[in-house]
Amino acid sequence: MATPDATGSSLLSTLPGEPDLNPFAGVDIGELETSLRRPRTLINILLSWLVTGMTLVALVPLFSVIWMLLWRGGRKLSLALFTQLPPAALEQGGGFGNAIVGTLIIVALAALISMPLGILSAVFMAQAPPGDRLAGAVRFAAKVLTGFPSILAGVFAYGAIVLTTGGYSAIAGAVAVSILMLPTIMLTAEDAIRMVPAKMKEAAIGMGATRTQTVLMVLLPTAFPGILTGIMLAVARAAGETAPLLFTALFSNYWPLSGHHPNLMQPTASLAVLIYNFAGMPFQNQVEMAWSAALVMVFMVLITNLIGQSLSRRQVQS
Amino acid sequence: MAEAKAISQAPTGLQRASDSAFRGLCYSFAWLSVLAVIFIVLRIAFAAAPAVRQYGLGFLTTRTWDPNTGQFGILPEIWGTMCTSGLALVIGSAFGVAAAVFLSEGYLGGFVFSLLKIFHVQFHPFWGKLPERVEQVLKNLIELLAAIPSVVYGLWGLFVIIPLIRPACNWLHLKMGWFAPFGTDLSGPGVLPAVLVLSIMILPTITAISRDALVSVPPKLRMAAYGLGATQWETILAVILPTAARGILGGILLAFGRALGETMALAMLVGNANSITISLFSPANTLAALLANTFPEAQHKEVGILMYAAMVLLGITLVVNMIGAFILQRASAGLEGGK
Repeated sequence: MATPDATGSSLLSTLPGEPDLNPFAGVDIGELETSLRRPRTLINILLSWLVTGMTLVALVPLFSVIWMLLWRGGRKLSLALFTQLPPAALEQGGGFGNAIVGTLIIVALAALISMPLGILSAVFMAQAPPGDRLAGAVRFAAKVLTGFPSILAGVFAYGAIVLTTGGYSAIAGAVAVSILMLPTIMLTAEDAIRMVPAKMKEAAIGMGATRTQTVLMVLLPTAFPGILTGIMLAVARAAGETAPLLFTALFSNYWPLSGHHPNLMQPTASLAVLIYNFAGMPFQNQVEMAWSAALVMVFMVLITNLIGQSLSRRQVQS
Repeated sequence: MAEAKAISQAPTGLQRASDSAFRGLCYSFAWLSVLAVIFIVLRIAFAAAPAVRQYGLGFLTTRTWDPNTGQFGILPEIWGTMCTSGLALVIGSAFGVAAAVFLSEGYLGGFVFSLLKIFHVQFHPFWGKLPERVEQVLKNLIELLAAIPSVVYGLWGLFVIIPLIRPACNWLHLKMGWFAPFGTDLSGPGVLPAVLVLSIMILPTITAISRDALVSVPPKLRMAAYGLGATQWETILAVILPTAARGILGGILLAFGRALGETMALAMLVGNANSITISLFSPANTLAALLANTFPEAQHKEVGILMYAAMVLLGITLVVNMIGAFILQRASAGLEGGK
């Protein structure tokens, strides 16, 4: 097979030597013909098929996961699953209502922690002059957190919250999860604020607005869809995180209440930890429930993801 | 307020005060997020300090984990982490880069276009946009793989992958048991299922970053190669891939960092056996899975030791991620310079 290097060099070698004669004297024109008899063409087609095949193989797991979720998780789906408490070892029936509530509480708390921090830091980064040391440091910190293993967020929250407050709690889980949400919110918000046309910002400043008024009344409203996309993606990721919750929020078989009041300082159930715990159990009922919980969780995650993506698309169009 | 009839006005004292307050707030929150990251790293390091003093570097090179005798070593976990991540990286990169080439070369779009051509609607205002849309759907589908939580992959691996590959693995062990990687039979969780699921999980990262790198190769280079008579694949192998190599490598390194820190799927699939093995079918353990499985029931003393293990994991992932980010930055800078 002739490589393009060989073809290329033969072209080049003929060109300067014989400028007046046929410049393609050294080129085997037949070699350039597209024909299945040529190994070059054959290899081209084979590699194309190979790449197509590999892409299809790469998609098989996706369809398999979705099919298994719908088939095994959807089979046992019922209203009771959403309203009842998890069953004991050999008990039939039951549900994961407390885990859904727990997941929502933990994710909401985590969003409350990471949103102000992320968005205000992003405003600072976007407004800082290029080459600003602190802005560079914040960006670096966000990049470090992007690759931060999720289990280590749990280890940190265990050391910082669980050990100091003396018990597993939804707060500890939320702190762990918020660490994982922070970089997504921060980096997307910075991008979104930077995408606001400079004209709008200059017009506001030209009208005599202070920098704060410019940020609050022009930049943030214009960048809002982009910022919301980042928040949605972070929430979607947070809802599925298991590792940081294992030894911070732990798990509970009961509603997150003490008496009749919600209690955030006690072990709290979450869908992700429920799936992990029940998947390893030798009981049919629990395994079925793990699949249903997985279906509910993936549904929540995908919906949040799709909303976030559609928002970002709208932003690009406007 | 009397002179507020003009459209614009100078900021009042209150507005000036709130301006500097808001700017101060942004400034302090920026500091706060930097300090938070430093605090996270230091918190883990301080918690690990007693164990580091007591066990020193021997912790990294011994292989016993026995809370009763107080002997701890994480060599098997380090080996397991590297082994599973490395193998997953090989499989994930092969398929991930193939999918990226598939997406960036517009095969699917070309196929749809040729279908449209049969019906003579290839330039129809509605149907003509179909190839682009189909490509977009495929790209989103692969990104969807990244959105599925890792515990769901663990569940899927446990109930789909393991039963699926067990007969084949046991047959391989029976026929080729003399070959060390097939040295044991697959009785349940083990290295191979973990590697397979892990490679699926890192594939979207590799595909997304590689595709970006491939798409940002200047079209001139491709035109020049075609002009010299190169076939499509000669162009891809000799021009496009080498030009995008840095970006692809950066993506692969970031995916490696991800694989090293991946917890749930491995905790469910790798088998949690504290042993060094070269058999693909026997159970092993990884650093993250060790933390996930041991931490909830750890005694106070063991927690310090687990913090040491967490610090080792943090160190490894930080180094890998920084190299990856650095290469990606250089890659995009290089391409911008070349334009």
